Parts: sequence; structure tokens; C-alpha cells
Amino acid sequence: MAKVHTIDLINLSKKFGEDLVLDNMNLYIRQNEFLTLLGPSGCGKTTTLRIIGGFENPTEGKVVFEGNDITGLPPYLRQINTVFQRYALFPHLNVFENIAFGLKIKKKSNEEIKKKVTQMLELVNLAGFEKRNIESLSGGQQQRIAIARALVNEPKVLLLDEPLGALDLKLRKEMQIELKKMQQSVGITFIYVTHDQEEALTMSDTVVVMDKGKIQQIGTPIDIYNEPQNRFVAQFIGESNILDGIMEKDFKVWFLSKEFICVDKGFDKDEKVDVVIRPEDVEIVEEDKAQLMGIVKNVLFKGVHYEMEVQTNDYTWKIHSTIMKDAGSYVGLRIVPDNIHVMRKEK
Amino acid sequence: MVTKHLSRIYTALIFVFLYAPIVVLIIFSFNDSKSRGNWNGFTIKWYIELFKNKEILRSLYYTLIIAITSSLVSTIMGTFAAIGIYDMKGFTKKFALNLNYLPVLNPDIVTAVSFMVLFKMAKLELGIITIILAHITFCTPYVILSVLPKLKQMNKHLAEAALDLGATPFYAIRKVIIPQIMPGIVTGALLAFTLSIDDFVISFFTAGKGVSNLSIMIYSMARRGINPVINALSTLMFLTLMGLLLIIYKRSEKEEEKAIEK
Repeated sequence: MAKVHTIDLINLSKKFGEDLVLDNMNLYIRQNEFLTLLGPSGCGKTTTLRIIGGFENPTEGKVVFEGNDITGLPPYLRQINTVFQRYALFPHLNVFENIAFGLKIKKKSNEEIKKKVTQMLELVNLAGFEKRNIESLSGGQQQRIAIARALVNEPKVLLLDEPLGALDLKLRKEMQIELKKMQQSVGITFIYVTHDQEEALTMSDTVVVMDKGKIQQIGTPIDIYNEPQNRFVAQFIGESNILDGIMEKDFKVWFLSKEFICVDKGFDKDEKVDVVIRPEDVEIVEEDKAQLMGIVKNVLFKGVHYEMEVQTNDYTWKIHSTIMKDAGSYVGLRIVPDNIHVMRKEK
Repeated sequence: MVTKHLSRIYTALIFVFLYAPIVVLIIFSFNDSKSRGNWNGFTIKWYIELFKNKEILRSLYYTLIIAITSSLVSTIMGTFAAIGIYDMKGFTKKFALNLNYLPVLNPDIVTAVSFMVLFKMAKLELGIITIILAHITFCTPYVILSVLPKLKQMNKHLAEAALDLGATPFYAIRKVIIPQIMPGIVTGALLAFTLSIDDFVISFFTAGKGVSNLSIMIYSMARRGINPVINALSTLMFLTLMGLLLIIYKRSEKEEEKAIEK
């Protein structure tokens, strides 16, 4: 028998009134996986999470947990805990009481509760905060307490709904690393919802890109970035240049009235395709080595690189380069075959 | 300058107009004369007489029993009703809210007569039970109206967080929602208590013979003839109600400040 997945979502659909928020979604989540649901607002990612948590019931389809159908089971009977957007800590309880909330319901002994809460506070780097008032804590600290409150119950799966959304950039980066570490040390499945593609790429084992209630692509962060399956994924994950092209034959693609060598194959002869080229993959070269010539329209300094727009005959390229060229200068562009990514057009 | 003075005089006149009856009542409750017209010197004998009067003391006792029971029951019912309404969606919610407003806006006399007819039809003998039932009914909408805003202020994920941590819905209401909306519940209870003491019309129509609360007592004494004890009793009632209203007002003011701080 194949290994049982931690969670299987089978033909999941959800309607709010006439709105189809989830459209026949299928997904499995493995044990100890850090899986991210990524997409713009309204793509159905939070709804998916709420269905897994038991806060919404699917209109159609099943949620299977370790091989057992748990569709319709209320949240308090699921071995799943959630870190809510804006934390949802109980303001009338102190830090200790917040973390102990779930343990008290499970009727654990006072000693055990005390021991576990102390351990958790150490895990989230807030040892000694037991007696503190929730409202006296900073956003980052509240965030950690929310994670501790969920993890102390030793769930099989932890759901996180944009948990870092309310934090400032620096704190967010720190928490990303910490969360990833925590997930590795406690060894449980994390299902993480975010609209921040960078966050998704940094932390996840698997990224699920969603749009309009449908899964657009499932893959590792590297796959998703390097091999986007369609225009939506290419545009949503990072910046990209997307051009209309024609696949002449295997390893030969035609765009901007020129033939380029690529590494893609298996398309029909003269099939219309989308060609994706990442801004950092366009090299600025001397005229004799160039495949295309263009004029720099504007330049922005971004610290690590310059961000330029370069106009060639009928396309304005987004280019990230460490070479500085003044606006108005005439430059050569080159793209190596490995960096040309060809996608089938969406029907 | 002139308009400023004028507007001040105008405001003062309005307050005189509004408060003159009560001020006169309070002054005359200390008047050492049976007649209402003349001032014969200061006395507190009407107050002493008041506390010697068995009939009055009994109606005070009834008033308190009615107010405590009905505010307690209506607070519990109103709180759960508010939680239920808060959880409703769309048309049902609007419908329930408007249904709740109706008794608030309904003229007391209509409510009173309907109660009387209802109790007669149900073959309930009018007495303390019917008064309490009527008071519970007209107090509950006010409790709902003071609890609902607190629910709206609450982080809507709090209840879900409790369920997520293994709490049954009832446990979540007890340990998370009720502590969060406690200020609203207390305000609602105080309001119900005040309304119950304050009420005359509905009590009068649902009291039946043997039972009378303070407001019915004052009414029947006034019908029997002029008695300065009425002034003393009314003064005490006025002060009690004003005290209660002041507390309710202060509480809601404090809550508003809190809401603004957030």
C-alpha cells in the first residue's frame, strides 16, 4: 500500500452564494511538509485553509486526514491547529493562560501544563513572559505566542493564515527563518497561506500557486520559479518578460522576428507559445555578441542591481543587471538557451 | 456678546423648565406641612413615615424582587439571543434585528394591554408571576441592544481560535465570548434593572389585585389624596434611577474611549 498522505483534498469545491470560490481542487499534503498556498487575494487560498481547519464546509468534495474522511467534522475534533491572521489571542487571558487554553480543555495536570508552556515559550524565544498581558506585547511577540498556543497541542498539522502579514519587513524576514527552523525542529506539517511570493519561495518545500479557485501549478520553489507552467504563474512569481512566440521545432523558438535556440521540446510544429525570460537572465553585451539591440529607456538603482527598461524593435524588456548603462544608450542583449522558457498557451 | 448671553439664558430657561417639577417635588418632600402650597420649615418626618409604612415597604420589596428576577433572566436570555443574532447572516439577521426593535418602539400602553389580554387568554392569574414575565419580555430587547455592539467589536476569529484549540461551542461561549462581551452584559443588566423599576404602565396592567410595586403604590396613594409621603418616595425613586442611569452612562462612555484607543 502506498504511504498514506497527511491530508488529501479530493474534488473540493466551495460556493458562497453564486460565487465559485474553489473549483474542483485536488491536492495531497505529505507528512512534515512545508506547503504554501500562494495566490492573489480572492484566489481561494484562505478558503482552502478554512476548509482544512473545519471552519467552512466544502460545497462538494472531501477532506481526508490520514486516510479518514473528516469532511464535516467540527474544528474541535480535528488534530489540526491554526495560527490566525492577526493572531486572535484571548485578550482577557495572560500569556500563560493563552498557551495553556488547549491543554486545559484536554484536562492535562497542572504540572504538565506548566512544563509544556515553559517549553513552548523557550521554543518561541519568549521565556519568562508567562504573566504578561497580551495587549502589552508587540506584534512580533503576539505572533510568537499565537504559534506557541497552537503548537503546544502537538497537532499533526499546523495551519498558518498569512501569519506575518502585519509585521514590518525586517521582522518578517526574521520570522520567516524562525518559522522554518521551528517547523524542522518540531517536525509537523505546516500549511501556510500567503500572497507574498518571496515568502513562499523562501520557506516552502512545496508551493501551490492558486488563481480564481484553481490550482495553477504545484512544485518546489525552484520549479515554480524556473519552470512556470503558464502565463499567470510566470507573472505572479517574480518579474518576467513574457513574449508571444512560435515553436518551429524542438529546441528552436521564434520570437521578435528572430530565431532562438532553447532547451524545450515536445511541442507541435509551429505551435503558438508564451516565452518567459526572467529580467536577470537578459545579459547586456557588446554589439558583436548581441542577439538583439535596444535603447535604454530608464534606469533605477536597486542596491544589488540596476533595474532597466530596454526598448527593442517591438518589445520593452525588463532587465536586472549589475552593469550600469545610461538612459538613451544603445545596448546589445543576449539570452542563453537555458534561460529561455517556453510554455504552452492557455486555451 | 449679546447673542452669547442670550443663548446662555435660553439654555438656562430650558433647564429650569425641564427640572422645575422635580426640584419642586424634592423641596416639598422636606416641607413640614400637609398642604402643597406653603413652606412651613424643614423636616425629614415624611421620610421616617415612609419607612414605617408597611404597605410601602412591601411594595418596595416587590419592586426589588421583580427588578432583580426580570433583569437577571432577561440578561441571560438577551445575551444568548445577541450571540445568536450576531452569528446570523443576511436577511435573517436583518429580520431578527428589526423584530427586536419593534417592542422597544411599541407604545407602553399597547404592550401593557396586549400582555393583559395574553395572560387572560392563557388563564394565568394576574400577580407577581405575570409582572415578572412581562418585565422579562420588555427588558430583553434592551439587553440584546447593549450586548450586540460588544460582539461586533470583538475579533471575529476569537471564537474560531477557541474551537480550534479543542473547545466545544458552549465552552467557547463561556470562556472566550462572554468574558469579551462582559461590559455589554453588565450594562444591559443595569439597564434592565432600571427599566423594571421605572415601569408603571405595564406593571399596572399585569399586576392584578394583591400585588403592587412602588410605581403602582405611588399612583394609588396619589388617587387617595395628597400625601407628602408620596413626595418623599418619589424623590427616593428619582435619585435611585438617576444614580443607575449615571452608572450606565459612565460605563458606555468608558467603553467608547476604549474603542477609540484601539
